[in-house]
Amino acid sequence: MVTKVLMEALSPTMEEGKVLSWLKHEGDQVSDGDVLAEVETDKAVMELQARGQGVLRQILAGEGATVEVGKLVAVIADPDEDISGALGGTEAGAARPSAKPERAAEEPETAEEPAAPTTREAEPSPAESQPTTETSGRRIKASPLARRLADERGLDLSGVSGSGPGGRIIKRDVESAEVTAPVAAPAPEGGYEDVELTQIRKTIAKRLVQSIGPVPHFFLTTEVDMERAWEARAQLNALEQGPRISFNDIILKVVAQALVEHPACNAWWMDDRIRYFRDVHLAVAVAVDEGLITPVIRHADRKSLREISAELRELAERARARKLTPEEYTGGTFSVSNLGMFDIDQFTAVINPPEAGILAVGSITEKPVVTDGDLEVRRRMRLTMSCDHRVIDGATGARFLQSVKLMLENPLALVW
Amino acid sequence: MATITYRDALNQALREELERDPDVFLMGEEVGVYQGAYKVSRGLLESFGERRVIDTPIAELGFAGIGVGAAMTGLRPVIEFMTWNFALLAIDQVVNSAAKMLYMSGGQIGIPIVFRGPGGAALQLAAQHSQAFESWYAHIPGLKVVAPATPYDAKGLLKSSIRDNDPVVFLEGEMLYNMKGEVPDEEYVIPLGEADVKRDGGDVTLICHSKTVAVALKAADQLQEEHGMAAEVVDLRSIRPLDVETIMTSVRKTNRCVIVEEGWPFCGIGAQVVDDIQREAFDHLDAPVLRVTGADVPMPYNKQLERAAKPNPDKVIAAVKQVAYLD
Repeated sequence: MVTKVLMEALSPTMEEGKVLSWLKHEGDQVSDGDVLAEVETDKAVMELQARGQGVLRQILAGEGATVEVGKLVAVIADPDEDISGALGGTEAGAARPSAKPERAAEEPETAEEPAAPTTREAEPSPAESQPTTETSGRRIKASPLARRLADERGLDLSGVSGSGPGGRIIKRDVESAEVTAPVAAPAPEGGYEDVELTQIRKTIAKRLVQSIGPVPHFFLTTEVDMERAWEARAQLNALEQGPRISFNDIILKVVAQALVEHPACNAWWMDDRIRYFRDVHLAVAVAVDEGLITPVIRHADRKSLREISAELRELAERARARKLTPEEYTGGTFSVSNLGMFDIDQFTAVINPPEAGILAVGSITEKPVVTDGDLEVRRRMRLTMSCDHRVIDGATGARFLQSVKLMLENPLALVW
Repeated sequence: MATITYRDALNQALREELERDPDVFLMGEEVGVYQGAYKVSRGLLESFGERRVIDTPIAELGFAGIGVGAAMTGLRPVIEFMTWNFALLAIDQVVNSAAKMLYMSGGQIGIPIVFRGPGGAALQLAAQHSQAFESWYAHIPGLKVVAPATPYDAKGLLKSSIRDNDPVVFLEGEMLYNMKGEVPDEEYVIPLGEADVKRDGGDVTLICHSKTVAVALKAADQLQEEHGMAAEVVDLRSIRPLDVETIMTSVRKTNRCVIVEEGWPFCGIGAQVVDDIQREAFDHLDAPVLRVTGADVPMPYNKQLERAAKPNPDKVIAAVKQVAYLD
């Protein structure tokens, strides 16, 4: 059976993928689920899997080629099966010399077929040479309703077969399809409560959006005395060998705890409602070469300082290697961004919608501080919280920040 | 509530409006002494006299023009065309005078006139006398176009049309005049521009007006019996203004739509409705909107061919099966 290997949408926002390396080569036997190639998406390096079995007969997108989602990158078939049909449906087939299928038939097992000039072949052609059916080709035929339903359910239509005329995907196909490849951000685990918007909340939302951009930010800054946290960290790290606890770990633990106490800040703006989460999934901004990504520590509220520390270290390492899966960098309920290591005293971070808040952490610096009339030198740190005003009001955010400050200044509060 | 014919419902509407407003008068061929070619004006001459019920020569352009002139002076003429086929002779007065006057006088001269008469095909009246012209008039800014399907709607809509301050083209049907239906004893009017859901259903929307309402309802019954499908029948009643909201509410519910009309397909009413649907309900469509129309030919005289040229329940059912992917 001929199976077309198409560039798949491996991240929620992926439009094209770059083939980094082929792990299987022409002539290799492959089974369903085998990893064929590593593909670089806009977010990470992902694995492209086989969706059928047979011999990897032809690779159309060589290493380094960038291919649009939905386009043909290879063909899997039985050793002497005629694959010209699969190739003919695409511009790639048309671009090949006509002698090609014959040669493939003569030497079905030859693996040293030179990597084809695939980038050129992957380019779109002006004409479609034959009608598309189901998942073949770049165009998916679906009724407008089917597209809308698929979008709402996070269903990738390329995996749905259409029962309408010419393979058109219609409502009933979407309704009976299993959600195989979620393209929308997965909802985080755990419970949550949707609260319908009141009129006043709607009006506030509308007016604030009119005033500044799609997410009406406001900012709250507080300065935290870090002497006790400093001591606590030193003591903890003296306890045992192994990875050291960082200030960032302590801050994450404190933020998770504070969010449990202030669920009003642990929420998503959902346009027609606000979703308050019962669990805390902390998104942590990690700088990578190309920019930044926010791996999510799930259930951070239920994890110990040591667990948070270990998990973040592991996530950050894989983030830098671009090995995070979409599930690992979506679905946060609140974000933390720390630029303290860059000697930034204080900054404002931009909210990552639909989350309603992000905490920007500055560096810990020694400062002159007046306490009870005496001048002292103390380690201080500035925290700035960006709040989505549609969800969080000034006093709400301030109370949350107060709890964070209290716990950082009195680390024992964490074990209350 | 009395059960009366469509013809008598129109007669009641005329009588009530003639009584209600001394500015209303009826004019046309054979409306007086002969009591109307289709007896819609039966008894009116006797009740209201020659100044209010006026027989004219066979000169459509002339009496349509007199009507427009009377309307300019503030009267409320009801002009009866024996059929809308004959009104082609008067179309200059309808399109160039009645529809334009308010605009061209800078809003000073409104034309509160009703042009009424039977439209569409009857039986074996052949090519020149079997034409549905609603799309012609609906095309013209300045005209309202109404096409009732039942006695109840006929009475309520004719009364509203007579009271309306704009020119109204009121299309009846020779094949509808004998249709019976319940009409309330007390007075009522039906506002122009409001469609009516004649049958509730969630599986497909059938949009129709005038004679095709009966066709759609029959198809809907058959669909329920034979295919277990619940068709919603939306009777437009007013072609212009068009009740887009009711259409969209239904299409958003059913996700599929068939439009049934007696007129020709090209630039027909259905073409306009499809345009609205694809703009307003695009993301709710699970199938292309299909149309069942009169055949795109001059109406044949031959009985079998005439039957084949008209919309019928079988054609509607075939289209529904297509939009519901039942084939």
